[in-house]
Amino acid sequence: MERRVKKTYIISTIVENKPGVLHKASNMFRCRGFNIDSISVGPTEHKDLSRMTITIKGDSATVEQVVKQLAKLIDVIKVSALSLGSTVVRELALVKLHVADARARSDIINYANVFRSRVVDVAPGSITVEVTGSPDKIDAFITLASTFGIKEIARTGITALVRG
Amino acid sequence: MVEMSGAQALIEALYKEKVEVIFGLPGGAMIPVYDVLRDSKIRHILGRHEQSVAHMAEGFARASGRVGVCMATSGPGATNLVTGIANAYMDSSSIVAVTGQVPTSMIGKDAFQEVDIIGITTPITKHNFQPRYASEIPKTVKMAFHIASTGRPGPVLIDIPKDVQSNTADMIFPNKVEIRGYNPNISPHPLQVKKAIDLLTKAEKPVIMAGGGVILSNASQKLQAMAELLLAPVVTTLMSKGCFPENHPLSLGVLGMHGSAEANKLILEADVLLAAGARFSDRTTGKIEEFCPDTKIIHIDIDPSEIGKNKAIDVPIVGDLSKTLDMLYDSLAKRLEKREDSPWLRRVRQTREEFKGKMIDQGEDLAPPKLLKKLRELLPNKAVITTEVGQNQMWASLYFKVFEPRTFISSGGLGTMGFGFPAAIGAKVARPDVPVVDIAGDGSFAMTANSLATSVLEKIPVIVVILNNSMLGMVAQWQRLFYNRRYSAVELGAAPDFVKLAEAFGAQGFRIGSLDEFTKVVKGALKSEVTTVIDVPISPEENVFPMVPAGKGLKDTIYG
Ligand SMILES: Cc1ncc(C[n+]2csc(CCOP(=O)(O)OP(=O)(O)O)c2C)c(N)n1
Ligand SMILES: [Mg+2]
Repeated sequence: MERRVKKTYIISTIVENKPGVLHKASNMFRCRGFNIDSISVGPTEHKDLSRMTITIKGDSATVEQVVKQLAKLIDVIKVSALSLGSTVVRELALVKLHVADARARSDIINYANVFRSRVVDVAPGSITVEVTGSPDKIDAFITLASTFGIKEIARTGITALVRG
Repeated sequence: MVEMSGAQALIEALYKEKVEVIFGLPGGAMIPVYDVLRDSKIRHILGRHEQSVAHMAEGFARASGRVGVCMATSGPGATNLVTGIANAYMDSSSIVAVTGQVPTSMIGKDAFQEVDIIGITTPITKHNFQPRYASEIPKTVKMAFHIASTGRPGPVLIDIPKDVQSNTADMIFPNKVEIRGYNPNISPHPLQVKKAIDLLTKAEKPVIMAGGGVILSNASQKLQAMAELLLAPVVTTLMSKGCFPENHPLSLGVLGMHGSAEANKLILEADVLLAAGARFSDRTTGKIEEFCPDTKIIHIDIDPSEIGKNKAIDVPIVGDLSKTLDMLYDSLAKRLEKREDSPWLRRVRQTREEFKGKMIDQGEDLAPPKLLKKLRELLPNKAVITTEVGQNQMWASLYFKVFEPRTFISSGGLGTMGFGFPAAIGAKVARPDVPVVDIAGDGSFAMTANSLATSVLEKIPVIVVILNNSMLGMVAQWQRLFYNRRYSAVELGAAPDFVKLAEAFGAQGFRIGSLDEFTKVVKGALKSEVTTVIDVPISPEENVFPMVPAGKGLKDTIYG
């Protein structure tokens, strides 16, 4: 059944920029047993509005419920489930890697260039790289980075806008 | 613009919302509000426990169709309200709860009687507010009433820090509010309406499942017209009992776990089901996979999230029920001929015949079915009935016939023991002109019996009929039927003596031993100016049937 196939969905919401709104939204997920994969919140072009971008894994029936339950919240002004094809999707990750020796250091810097990412901190024994892109690209960088040894990762979660 | 304190603004704003009565119980964090209330035209009814004041507000709301208001102080006052708020949330009742909060400078410091009631009530309110400035109060109240009473109604909480109550500000009282994230006036989509019309025109065995939404949107008459036009039998849920007269030839009664035999049977035979303002709750549908699996289902609801939540729907219609029924009726009336009879109706009559006699008039004199039938004869049709929770509630649902909307008020979604009595008090405040009777169980009544003080001192006379089995009867029934009679923690014994309890509060109490005595006592109670508690000893072994065992489908209904 089509409705039961699990996929990743990006839900973009415009909400009131007020205290407590994030709690109301995230609490709805917990109460109703929906799992949030990632959530990012930030200002929009209007200072009284924020955008919350949420990714979840689920079937289409679940996503439909998530959208409706979010829309039902008084502080939520607009909700849409974005289809990946017509959406620009970005995430940022900071990846701190072990650096065993000078060879490793130059390898990491080379790889970082291939991924069009930037070295943002260098210290004895570690390098921190900033990667931006689709979640797939970040996953790929992390897989590669793990061959050097990862000390820490911080990912922002997805943010997205419809194209055009 | 007028300068006044936050507390004054609150009471003024409530007054502007035409609030005539507040059910509440004060405390330190609410003293500024109570100080203003003392001189206000609004009547305050003092409860004895905050759970009960919330139930009173809900009883008031459900009997009147207006917004019920309750108040409590911060901390324990607020947490005591929680059960009542949750009850109103589950049953979509429009109440506004106002709580006191510690001063803004103390919030987050674990101050005395501080509790995060906003966090606690987020999942059980339609919305909640915590104004941080006195000047926000008028608009907040306006929004709270708008949200509580429109669309799918529900409880709204306003938590007001004590300094916000006492601070003064220039107040503006708006006549209208617009909330950009809230647009409850959804018109049904014409295309969906057309699909529904096509299905209903062709239906040979249509059934209407009326839900609580029928009562909330005051659509009972429209529903009846629709049923008569389609010759569609009507099943109700516990929440909508009364929206369709239960003595109407098309009435099948309430369906569900303790639904009537004919409702549970015939709904499964429907080819088209028109679900109107119902939410397909598990107590109503039984095992959802077995609920009308091959029936074409039309679902009308004002809350889009109800559609497809529990059951996949063939024709969803999001919209106000009353409006939608108008649209459906107008088109259908042009297409369908008025008929007097149909093969489907003959089937309905035949089924009813089959079950007849199985259901009522069984058992000894004071067996609940007989007693409730007698009670019905003694009360006018417009009398308001509330129930507690358990067997008493299910007997009331099965055997106490109801003919008018808003005359049957029961805790449906939450199943809150102790709801019925305070709800009866609230209903009586809304409808002082009609008798109000709580059909109670001994366990439930004991939970909120202290509201006797309120009913006596505030002169709000109601009648409580306790079906006293000295048991947490419904739990005992499950233990009897499914746990091999291993009773565990269900025997309540003979405490309290409900007659003495009533008398201790200044109410009157009677213990009756026969139907004749019952008749006499009820007749007296109907004339009494104080609350009457009628203790009816019944067998602790009594079961409620029909019953659908938990987790089973309606087709597995046991008849006893
Ligand atoms: C507040 C609350 N606690 C517990 C329950 C679980 N429960 C459901 S019915 C019931 C027994 C109710 O006893 P009583 O009021 O005497 O009614 P009876 O079933 O005997 O008619 C219990 C304990 C509940 N519904 N509500
Ligand atoms: Mg009992």
